[in-house]
Amino acid sequence: MKSLSEIDVISKRATKAAGYSWGIAEEVGKNIKLLELFGLPGVKNLNAFYKSKKKNVYKNLKLINIENKSPNEKLCPVITGLSFLDQIKTLESLEEIKFENIGYPILFIPFVSRASEVIGKRLLLKVDDKKFLFNFNINIYSNFLSNETIELAKNVLVKFIDNSDSFEQKDWEELYKLSENTFVEESESLKKTGAGAGLNDND
Amino acid sequence: MVKLRDPKSVMKLSRLGSFHQSKLSFLRSFLKEFKEWDYNRDLFTLNEKGYGTAVYSFKKNKRVYSLICFANELNESERSDRVIATKWDAAFTLHDGVPTKNDIERLKKEVPKQEIGRLSFKELTLSRANKSIRVFNHVVESLSNGVQPDISLLSKVGYLYRTTAVYGSGKFGLADRFRIKNRKEIYGPFRLEMMLVYLVRQFTFDQVNHVAKNKNPRKAVNLNPDICRKLGIGNSTGLGMAPFIVNHPTLLNNWIYARETALKKIREIENVKIEDSDLFKTYLKKSLKNITSWNTESDYQKKKIKSLLNDLNKLIKFIEDNFDFSKKYAFNEIYLWVENNTGEECIEYVVSMMMEPYDSIVTPLINQMSSEEEKYFNIPTDRTVLDLRNILEDKYLHLLNIDFSKNENNQNFWFISKNKEEPRMANRFEEKGSELEQPLAIARDIKKLYEKLLLSKNSLTLDKFLFQNSELRHVVRRAFIAEKFPYSEIQDNTIGKNVVPIDMLRLKLSFFGALKFDPRSDKWLRICMFQGAPLPEQLKNFEDNWIYS
Repeated sequence: MKSLSEIDVISKRATKAAGYSWGIAEEVGKNIKLLELFGLPGVKNLNAFYKSKKKNVYKNLKLINIENKSPNEKLCPVITGLSFLDQIKTLESLEEIKFENIGYPILFIPFVSRASEVIGKRLLLKVDDKKFLFNFNINIYSNFLSNETIELAKNVLVKFIDNSDSFEQKDWEELYKLSENTFVEESESLKKTGAGAGLNDND
Repeated sequence: MVKLRDPKSVMKLSRLGSFHQSKLSFLRSFLKEFKEWDYNRDLFTLNEKGYGTAVYSFKKNKRVYSLICFANELNESERSDRVIATKWDAAFTLHDGVPTKNDIERLKKEVPKQEIGRLSFKELTLSRANKSIRVFNHVVESLSNGVQPDISLLSKVGYLYRTTAVYGSGKFGLADRFRIKNRKEIYGPFRLEMMLVYLVRQFTFDQVNHVAKNKNPRKAVNLNPDICRKLGIGNSTGLGMAPFIVNHPTLLNNWIYARETALKKIREIENVKIEDSDLFKTYLKKSLKNITSWNTESDYQKKKIKSLLNDLNKLIKFIEDNFDFSKKYAFNEIYLWVENNTGEECIEYVVSMMMEPYDSIVTPLINQMSSEEEKYFNIPTDRTVLDLRNILEDKYLHLLNIDFSKNENNQNFWFISKNKEEPRMANRFEEKGSELEQPLAIARDIKKLYEKLLLSKNSLTLDKFLFQNSELRHVVRRAFIAEKFPYSEIQDNTIGKNVVPIDMLRLKLSFFGALKFDPRSDKWLRICMFQGAPLPEQLKNFEDNWIYS
């Protein structure tokens, strides 16, 4: 079994050899390590992408908009992902962002996961029929459990999920009520000796 | 209030290359941490020539660390300390837990192959070592004849074996650090590497005794434990270690920051207790033995040793003739005197010595010397060009003045060798391959970044700046790390004509706790570790000042 440290180093070097800068290679090394740590097929997709990149042209999307159409060209998952991560602070006020035709979209995933941590919000990623929920780069929930290589995602959607409770107020109140059973009723004499007691608050 | 020393002078390579072991050193903190653990030799199945398998362990509660040793026959022609070697006298791995028979059989096939073998997440560190044939044979010969070996020969070399590499942290399939990082006993850096080397040292004594005994069962004696204590484990270290300190800026910061914090706190002691000043003076004098017994053929190092010894004698005279430790801030005064009157070797030596009386200051710092590096990986791309330019002018001012259009400042490049996947350095004007340069020319790339920033709008955010300048992304990241971590960058040109790579090795080795740096060229050196350290069976009763005994 390869260690995550080996996966990081080899992915970084391969990325540099594939024509990216060292700084981008460092990002990809960390990303592939993250994918493998979360049980997603990072090494496999990276290898497939770099083989494909020798024969095909991928567009470098640098400025991210609400809708990023690319009907005739496949988007490079590394540069698209990096632009998304770099611009996340200006994008977070949006509700959702759409992309068309991202090549090897599994490689886009760790950038979105890291962006979730940067802005402190959950993000939902839809890659055609596959869904990924990112929880602040701590974990990823997904209906994608395969070890396959995905060459192209026709429609990709990133949805920003506002920080809000996942439960009804009623659920909270009921649970709170139950938690009160761990409290002890204070006697009158104890109340008089608590912090601030006995003083004139206007002194 | 005493200020922390300025990184612009502390982080110069000549200064870093003058660091010495101290109470913060990893081998000393390892021994302190493991002193209460139970040591055992669990297996020792060597043949009469000393080849076979041995297992040693440290155990506490339910945690067990086991060193598995494989000693092999090696022809003289195959013995090489160079990293390109493929066979060694012995190979070792530190296993997490008690190895099963199956584990030992599996490891017997893999560990002797080192870089081309595969380890598992159950193994933590990996190493190999070669005998100092001259010393090993002499000791076997002496012991088998019932006499102890020639002490002068032993003290000249200092060890029976020297390691040529110690690997950890996920290399060749070893356990990743994240699997074990929450274990309290290994909070300090390189603890498990230190454990491996320490137990290997014991193996070398057991092996030499075993071979002598088999050679002459009736007459042979064991190597005297007092002589064992005077021996350590040698190590040959090449350039592989140098990029480590560039590639781990927050870790480098935390090591140096701990040292600088200790120094600051000691200089701020208003009234030095008599017992503390006495300890300082005693250890200072005792430590001279470690300098006078420091053997090297290197003219570079000989000069440094000579000047160190002269300076220390000057300091001792200053203290004995004039110095009154009852005055306020006595250690601060000594430090300032040393800064003004001695060279870098001596200044850093005295910094180490000042820590000796102060367990209460040093011990809490030891656990702060690791780093969660990934926390600082993301670039704050909402910051502006002006922010970044200010950081560069504040943290890298000296480096921005270097003229990289001059060949002498741009002479070398760092690369990974194809045959051994190890870092190397070469002259870019004489050797091929500079287009595959590793990102270790930080000063040059910081300067390039600065020049680009000067041409950019101050208010431009870095996400936009990086659109056009992705080739500088690695140094943008570093600059923001340097903003938070003052000692994270070497304040020198690592590709210039005058760079002395062994300064980078010496820095790291001093934090390991190595003694007697012996440069064999400007690119590799030999050292000795654990010389004078208690043997495992003596560990429970040892004093931390063993290094000066």
